[in-house]
Amino acid sequence: MATTRILEWLGRLYISVLLAFLYLPIIIMALMSFNVSPFYQLPFEWTTEWYASLWQNDQLIAATWNSVEIAVIATVICTVLGSAASLALYRYEFRGKKFLQALLFPPIAIPWLITGTAMLIFFFGVGIGRGLHAILLGHVALALPYVIVVVSARLQTFAPELEEAARSLGANQWQVTWRVTLPWIMPGVIAGGLFAFAVSFDQFVVSYFLATPGQTTLPVEIYAAIRKGFTPEINAVSTIIIVVSMALMLLTARFFKFGGEK
Amino acid sequence: MAGVQVSNVSRSFGAHKALDDVSIDFADGGFYALLGPSGSGKTTLLRQIAGFDFPDSGRIAIGGESVERVPVEKRRIGMVFQNYALFPNMSVADNVAFGLSVRGEAKAVIAAEVQGALDLVQLGKLGGRRPHQLSGGQRQRVALARAIVTKPRVLLLDEPLGALDKALRVDMQIELKRIQREIGITTIFVTHDQEEALTMSDRIGILRDGRLVQEGPPEEIYDRPKSEFAATFLGDANIFRGDATGSGILLADGTAIAAGAGATLAAGAKASCAVRPERIRIATDAGVSNATDTNVLKGQVSKRIFAGNNSTYFVDRAGQTLKVIVQNTGIERLSEGQDVVLRWSPESTVLIAAS
Repeated sequence: MATTRILEWLGRLYISVLLAFLYLPIIIMALMSFNVSPFYQLPFEWTTEWYASLWQNDQLIAATWNSVEIAVIATVICTVLGSAASLALYRYEFRGKKFLQALLFPPIAIPWLITGTAMLIFFFGVGIGRGLHAILLGHVALALPYVIVVVSARLQTFAPELEEAARSLGANQWQVTWRVTLPWIMPGVIAGGLFAFAVSFDQFVVSYFLATPGQTTLPVEIYAAIRKGFTPEINAVSTIIIVVSMALMLLTARFFKFGGEK
Repeated sequence: MAGVQVSNVSRSFGAHKALDDVSIDFADGGFYALLGPSGSGKTTLLRQIAGFDFPDSGRIAIGGESVERVPVEKRRIGMVFQNYALFPNMSVADNVAFGLSVRGEAKAVIAAEVQGALDLVQLGKLGGRRPHQLSGGQRQRVALARAIVTKPRVLLLDEPLGALDKALRVDMQIELKRIQREIGITTIFVTHDQEEALTMSDRIGILRDGRLVQEGPPEEIYDRPKSEFAATFLGDANIFRGDATGSGILLADGTAIAAGAGATLAAGAKASCAVRPERIRIATDAGVSNATDTNVLKGQVSKRIFAGNNSTYFVDRAGQTLKVIVQNTGIERLSEGQDVVLRWSPESTVLIAAS
């Protein structure tokens, strides 16, 4: 009995430490975005001045919108192209299919620093150059394999008889896809979309290489701002982003059971 | 409704001949079983008729119209899959409505047809449920309702009762037969369960290694098998091998077995005789005889398996083990090791040409 209790206690301690490691830095940062002192000094004094001054920081706001815009567009493109590619890989047998599937994994494994350098050189070489359009292109290329991998994993659980049953009932290829296959893989598509959004929105390395001085994304802008001298506005913008992204995650988790349907 | 004609259909996958020149005529309104061991080609044949796969050669006609190159969605067939293949994201009613809905039928028409189909399979009140909330038997009924609501020309069933337990399977056999009679649809039914094939169908086609071995009504195939394979695959059979004599065969040890049915063979040809275990009478003495049971063999009981309403005796005789099934009348019980005499009539003996 005593050992069980100790084990139970150790288990709780483990979970507490784990959660503390994950969330404490974020909570401190969020709290400090409401502290008067810009240098993390205590005692804590409540203020919203950093949020007010964030509102004035046009550069940071512009970078935030750039990031959101690029992430949303990249997510849409990756989700559509990635799901279509997964369906093609699932349905059809063709020459070089195994090779193509194997090609999906290196982009996930290659360090972003190397990918970023390669893209920069390549984009210059073919005349795409730098800028938001280049960043978007880079993000799509980075995130696409994640969507394909996640959607393909979901498709592995799909019973091919369902498509056959739909066809036997007179459904054409479009009707089969829209009404039978897509609803089944939807949790995978959503999860893949979230991955794509996260890869793009978090992306620093590739964006840093492809950004031009005036036009940049939030992570790059934050990095630049910190190098110039830390301001609590960074805390403020980070807190807003955390709240928004957590709300999105919770909503998604609420509406889509990731464990799959029973 | 329509009949289905399969003419000289062959289909190979690589070097494997899944179907080898198969021809069967499925008459309008009939209930057919395609029976065979796994790998015999029965499912491949069903998929050719459905249109999931096309034959390399040969012709398939539904209602007189050639369809061997028409894809499944244009063939107007109904199909029930082994695992039911109900759409998990749709309610029972939406599952049944699917075929009408993709055809663009009006909502009111769909609702009425769906209710009618659900009533037919006695699930009228479960339209709002999800497939995962149903029992195996109920899913089976939904799959059937979904397949017939579009008024297909042919109903194809791929081992539809395989996933059900035995009691439920018997219920569903009766139910399926009732529904098939009620709507009078030509039904082709793939199974590896010989009992299912015997009890349900008007005609049975036995397949083996991609070839049609024998086709006909259940009684005919059971009583008059044309090959050792048909005799042993559909039911149990004792097989004797020897040389044809004109009225039966002569075994290697000189014993003659008279056959009153089956092939007509020239004397001297290699042949076999098949006898069903329940047609053989077993007794302890040679005295009790019967005018018609002129085939007589002596042997020794090596094993007895009691199964309640009947017993199976394994009788050793000249290096061969014969099987005899005796109804439990409560009169006679033979024990293992006992010497016995087996008798049966020539009418119960089918002569088969050696394959």
